[in-house]
Amino acid sequence: MAAEPAIVVRDLLVRRGGVDVLHRISLEVPAATVTGLLGPSGCGKSTLMRSIVGVQVVASGTVTVLGEPAGSRSLRARVGYVTQAPSVYGDLSVRENLRYFATVLGTAPERVDAVIETVGMNAFAGRVVGSLSGGQRARVSLATALLNEPPLLVLDEPTVGLDPLLRRDLWGTFAALAAAGTTLLVSSHVMDEADRCNHLLLMRDGHILAAETPRGLRAQTGEDDLGEAFVRTIERWETEAAR
Amino acid sequence: MSARITLATAARVMLQLRRDPRTVAMLLVVPCLLEVLLRYVLDGQPLEFQRVGTPLLGIFPFISMFLVTAITMLRERTTGTLERLMAMPLGKLDLLAGYGIAFGAVAAVQAGLTAGVAFGLLDLQVAGSEWVVAGLAMANAVLGMALGLFVSAFATTEFQAVQFMPAIVIPQLLLCGLLVPRDDMAGALQALADVLPLTYAYDGLARVTTGGFDSAALRDLLVVAGAALLALTLGATTLRRRTP
Repeated sequence: MAAEPAIVVRDLLVRRGGVDVLHRISLEVPAATVTGLLGPSGCGKSTLMRSIVGVQVVASGTVTVLGEPAGSRSLRARVGYVTQAPSVYGDLSVRENLRYFATVLGTAPERVDAVIETVGMNAFAGRVVGSLSGGQRARVSLATALLNEPPLLVLDEPTVGLDPLLRRDLWGTFAALAAAGTTLLVSSHVMDEADRCNHLLLMRDGHILAAETPRGLRAQTGEDDLGEAFVRTIERWETEAAR
Repeated sequence: MSARITLATAARVMLQLRRDPRTVAMLLVVPCLLEVLLRYVLDGQPLEFQRVGTPLLGIFPFISMFLVTAITMLRERTTGTLERLMAMPLGKLDLLAGYGIAFGAVAAVQAGLTAGVAFGLLDLQVAGSEWVVAGLAMANAVLGMALGLFVSAFATTEFQAVQFMPAIVIPQLLLCGLLVPRDDMAGALQALADVLPLTYAYDGLARVTTGGFDSAALRDLLVVAGAALLALTLGATTLRRRTP
């Protein structure tokens, strides 16, 4: 594992609408790994990801991405970001969407067909995105982030609503990308995806409860099931907080 | 600013428009039909048609581009594509210029068709050049686009965006002198009209109707262009890379 983490967050405080959404959290995401950001919906996962990508106004703290402050101009071509809601043009076809984003990113046009293949959308390449299902749209959105092969991918719930087979394939793709040196931060609220990650960040109510490998988390809690291990971690954290 | 990204954005917007032929048809046909309607509403007052026909022709692009831009930009904001673009190596100017080229082309076709109908079929006449009318119509289109972009930041739904049309466009139409000469209005309203850009758009078009393209008409054109630039700058500040 590379010594230098891809993402370093220190004392990050984010307020939205007068409420603290992230409570001075600190964390690191090791380079060339698949790091799972797990927690119930509404716990601040998306806000944390937005802060890392540099589109979130933060109150205080620092976020360093690939050695530079989050949101730096030079990072724009080096961080791929997929929002939870598929952000692609509904009135363009799959290929037209990808061609446009490829031009904006300055990527070779051949990459368009390559990423359509990666997300398993070959049969739908000519279809207008608005006529596709939610899961298919999510795949087009994911394909967009893969276009320029950025060293860091920040993916907000990329596998929601997908066919189990496709979900397995995508996690396989993530693992292959990490093996080739890409860092992936992938959020999920499904525990069975935790085992697919090299590294886990457990989040609840705007706090990071644990940063561990799946094996480390099992050892620490004495639970074999990662879902149970997460429950133990929450319980322990709450007793400590009550004290 | 990158020519590659700007042109790709313009091509993308055109492609999106092509997927919506009904909107394009309405953008192009409705102003022509309105001009015909105006001609027959004023059937008994041919002089009045000659007075308002040309200014109205130049103002249509302002209204349509305002609406089209407000809605499209709102869609970019609400579907997350704007956030995605802002996280990519795309300059705000690339996006604005891309939209400007695509919608400007539509505005040019719209103004051309309406002018063809009005000058060719309805016997509308201008003392000045038809090309100046076209130029003013284009400046109005850009102004409408810039204002549409600006208000899209203050709307969260398409319903709201559409409501900005009566709020921002109709007062300017009432005050610009098209309906009532500004000299006949109360002093306070005249002062208000003096700071609204559509007043100058109307004045320029009215001048071309009755005379040539003189320095006063040039001044009007420059005011409209300046107002469009100002609105575009304000609009650009609403394209934020970081949002709360």
